Amino acid sequence: MKPSGRVTAVAATLLVLSMVSSVLLLQQVDKVRSNATLKEVLYISSPKTIKRLSLGYNSLMADIYWTRAVQYFGGKLHAGDRHYELLGPLLEITTGLDPKLLVAYEYGSNFLGAPPPLGAGDPQQAIQLIEFGIKNNPDQWHLYYDLGFVYYLELKDYQAAEKAFEAGSHTPNAHPFMKLMAGNMAQHAGEYEMARMLWTATYQSAYEKLIRANAAAHLRAITVDEDVLALNQIVARYRNEKGHLPQSFADLISAGLLRGVPQDPLGHSYKLAADGSIEVADPDSLPFIQHGLPPGYVPTQAVKLLPVE
Amino acid sequence: MSARILHIASNTFREAVRDRVLYNLIAFAVLMSGAAILVGQISINIERLVVINLGLTAISLFGIVIAIFIGIGLVSKEIDKRTLYTVLSRPVRRWEFIAGKFCGLGGTLVVNTICMAVGIFAALLYIWPHHLQASDTSILVALYFIILQFLIITALALLFSSFSSPLLSAIFAFALFVIGTFSEDLRGFAQMTHGAERWLATAAAYMVPNISALNVIAQVAHEQQIPGQLIVLNTAYALVYSFMALLGAVLIFERRNLK
Repeated sequence: MKPSGRVTAVAATLLVLSMVSSVLLLQQVDKVRSNATLKEVLYISSPKTIKRLSLGYNSLMADIYWTRAVQYFGGKLHAGDRHYELLGPLLEITTGLDPKLLVAYEYGSNFLGAPPPLGAGDPQQAIQLIEFGIKNNPDQWHLYYDLGFVYYLELKDYQAAEKAFEAGSHTPNAHPFMKLMAGNMAQHAGEYEMARMLWTATYQSAYEKLIRANAAAHLRAITVDEDVLALNQIVARYRNEKGHLPQSFADLISAGLLRGVPQDPLGHSYKLAADGSIEVADPDSLPFIQHGLPPGYVPTQAVKLLPVE
Repeated sequence: MSARILHIASNTFREAVRDRVLYNLIAFAVLMSGAAILVGQISINIERLVVINLGLTAISLFGIVIAIFIGIGLVSKEIDKRTLYTVLSRPVRRWEFIAGKFCGLGGTLVVNTICMAVGIFAALLYIWPHHLQASDTSILVALYFIILQFLIITALALLFSSFSSPLLSAIFAFALFVIGTFSEDLRGFAQMTHGAERWLATAAAYMVPNISALNVIAQVAHEQQIPGQLIVLNTAYALVYSFMALLGAVLIFERRNLK
């Protein structure tokens, strides 16, 4: 090998070794300074300052901050972490940089308003975010829908929810559900009926798979809760008629109270416990259910959302 | 346009290509394809927005950097290499030399922008096959405004390079670009002052190029229509401002002692 060839080979080897070493060292540094990168970025927390620094290219900066917000939320959700302190500021910066970025209001309010572990559990901050969005995009019915959604589902404030749906129903191209939902809020229609209507509208109007999967999981949970309540009534009726609890669903079927073994929306048969209570077979696959949970069941940290397609 | 100006312009274009200026297209292609493929996986519902925002921002910034760093060397390089004396010893007037250099760099930036624009539309077709929307034509308006920005910055770079060193010219041109992005704020601040200060502040605010009016990236990304009147006025403004800066460059260069 010529002297120059030898130098090239040695230099190339050293270069590769240096690159590998720097990556390994950085990984060690990251372990010592966990979460430091994101906190450093939020050292500038004022949307106005970031807007000035972006030299007019603020819409690209907004996209970057929105991606950071999604990554931050997704990372916490995946880890089962219940603390989302930076989510609000990240969304505030995003929408401050680009007030027309509708996706940040629609999904951001969902991230902020939903109770942990599926969200930050801060409906007031979600409301502030959507109200800022409505101020800048008064013709977008989706935003009024999101506002009514948070008022109803997270705060149970029927009057405010009705106002939001009513206002949204007057915007151009408003979803027909808006008028209907405003009416239902005013009449305080059944909880399950209203919740089903809201989640159905979310499922139908969202494009993002995660949001659709979340809506589908809530719709399944509503069905399970209604099924379990109805089955409890049937068991109680059997007990009144026969004077004892049914041993199995076969007893209820032979008594003419059921046509067959009832199944949950995922196709699993419900279980009839010895004490007459109804339980679901796979509670991990049915997040958000209020009824039918086995005694002592502890939900998993990270919520399992089944794919919608 | 005289044949002499065209000749200098075509030489300037060839020189820029020889200087590997168009290599920035490779960086742009990597950026666009990376954005188109990756953003869908790491974000929610902003694939189209990112392609438009990132694409137009990259075109603008790459072009501004080229306009400044090539523009500042257009005169000084010719003096350093002593090729200017050869050019001016022929029947070429000094103003024709400046005009030719401006047209040559402007042409380079237009070709560069057209290539990058093809990249943006290709990325849009990649993320949403067969679905270019009618509103996507407004991207062309944003691109046109970006070209107008380039003309202003090129003219300013030429103006500064006609009397200053390349380093100082680059600093001046870049500083004016940055200040130009705040020009509307500057006029707002001027409104808050009184008396002679107000006159001075207003004059200063109007002297800097209004780069912010030429930035419609956010509107285009959100499919908002750009009024025809704005297109006409921005065109007229950019041409007048560039002409003004070029006139300044010509006036200084005409009196410059090249011995």
